[in-house]
Amino acid sequence: MKRSEIRLSGSGGQGIILAGIILAEAALLEGKNAVQSQSYGPEARGGASKSEVIISSESVDYPKVTDPSLVLALTSEAYTKYARGCSAGVVVLVDDSVNTLLDEGVLSLPIIRTAREELGRPIVANIVALGAINGVAKLVAPESLEKAVLNRVPKGTEDLNRKALHLGYKLIAESNS
Amino acid sequence: MLLLQGNEACVEGALAAGLDFYAGYPITPSTEIAELLAAKLPRQGGSFIQMEDEISAMAAVIGASLTGAKTMTATSGPGFSLKQENLGYAMYTETPCVVVNVQRGGPSTGQPTMPSQGDVMQARWGTHGDHPVIALSPSSVEETFWLTIRAMNLSEKYRTPVILLMDEVVGHMRERIEIPQDIGEVINRKKPTGDPKDYLPFKPDADLVPPMASFGEGYRFHVTGLTHDESGFPSGSNKITGELIQRLHDKIDRNYADIVQVETEHMEDAEIAVVAYGSTARSASRAVKQAREQGIKAGLFRPITIWPFPAQELKSCLAGLKHVVVAEMNLGQLILEVERQVAGAVSVGGIMRADGELITPAQILAYLQEVK
Repeated sequence: MKRSEIRLSGSGGQGIILAGIILAEAALLEGKNAVQSQSYGPEARGGASKSEVIISSESVDYPKVTDPSLVLALTSEAYTKYARGCSAGVVVLVDDSVNTLLDEGVLSLPIIRTAREELGRPIVANIVALGAINGVAKLVAPESLEKAVLNRVPKGTEDLNRKALHLGYKLIAESNS
Repeated sequence: MLLLQGNEACVEGALAAGLDFYAGYPITPSTEIAELLAAKLPRQGGSFIQMEDEISAMAAVIGASLTGAKTMTATSGPGFSLKQENLGYAMYTETPCVVVNVQRGGPSTGQPTMPSQGDVMQARWGTHGDHPVIALSPSSVEETFWLTIRAMNLSEKYRTPVILLMDEVVGHMRERIEIPQDIGEVINRKKPTGDPKDYLPFKPDADLVPPMASFGEGYRFHVTGLTHDESGFPSGSNKITGELIQRLHDKIDRNYADIVQVETEHMEDAEIAVVAYGSTARSASRAVKQAREQGIKAGLFRPITIWPFPAQELKSCLAGLKHVVVAEMNLGQLILEVERQVAGAVSVGGIMRADGELITPAQILAYLQEVK
């Protein structure tokens, strides 16, 4: 597998950086190389936040994403800053709360709403997003991703996060049908 | 096998090398180092203290080191500036310590969350007076682990502060790292063995390094930032002044081969050398690979030890070279040293960037295509 570049973006506090870490750790579980990096403003909450993951079977030299195969945006600000204008062929996923004009082909999914309404916990929107990302891009085996999620989340929240992950996969399955 | 940040790897390296004492004042993008050591160092029997500012953190590190502790502090540009006076004090009093600077955008408060390599010359000349310096620059998470250990070893071996010059990219990026059980040699400072009443804390052995007693061990030990004789008390003698400054330089210069490390890629038959360090070297490595695929004979020369500058290694690569280009996230710092060292032998150019973004492989490749 050659280099895959993924860009996850949202607002500070949405767990975007953790989602990137989990995705990278899932790749490591499969013996691949992965690099995760991030950029964010000085503020602790709010502001546009970006987490990038590179997965490769080879060593990763340049650690930043310049040619993503998938971009996620959970907020309008993040969409405008990090996702708009991607070339054709790049999979762009947005939360359906993004209320700005979208490029053609962008996949809009109720990620945050699913976390809030089906699980009662908007905090797991990042895990729902991970399920959706892996559902569409098949970056790692579902078992690896689940294991990586469970390795990182607080004790006692395993069921909640497992459900969140599966609901993410379901969003993709439903959007395909 | 773990996925760790460079800052986390720095902490693991420091703990593995036997860190006893950390004093610091948090500052992005180095804060994770303090945060993790606050949690981990006390559990290993060490002490962590958050001071009121970077000046006092540097002072605390020096004081702790004089009692025999292995010490470290971490900061970024603005804090590194504040530490400079005491860094000179540590150098002149030959007090081992490690100062980590995770470089961010400057000057002043600058761009706290963005990378730069703008402190290369501050690391060399930030503190006043004639002084030698050791500064190491890691390019990866794993190398950060090993260079933190090495920084601590060199500081103990040569009784001198050592700067670990990281950058925000390496500090914050996460990548795979294996932390082995056995980290190899851990060096502890040389202690005096003679009768305490004969002890001269600044009388060097043949290797120019004086054995160092710990405060409270029964050895008389006076420390001053004033020029001092072997007893440690101030001296007004021109002879002693000249000899001390010279010895401190010789102590580092004569051990150049032990201190200086570089890594090269494709330099054997290279016509163009890209000199790059820290995170920028990762971009350069990719650009060199891409250039080779296009038949451009490029190579990478990566100083791991930034100071002393690896002049001998660079000069030994010069045969066959048509051009040297220095890629760095500043408007021209290490290039000054490269130009000085290769003066007249080969032309030198620069790929520079100071907008808070890592130089891209494409930027370097475009340069290589142009000068080939």
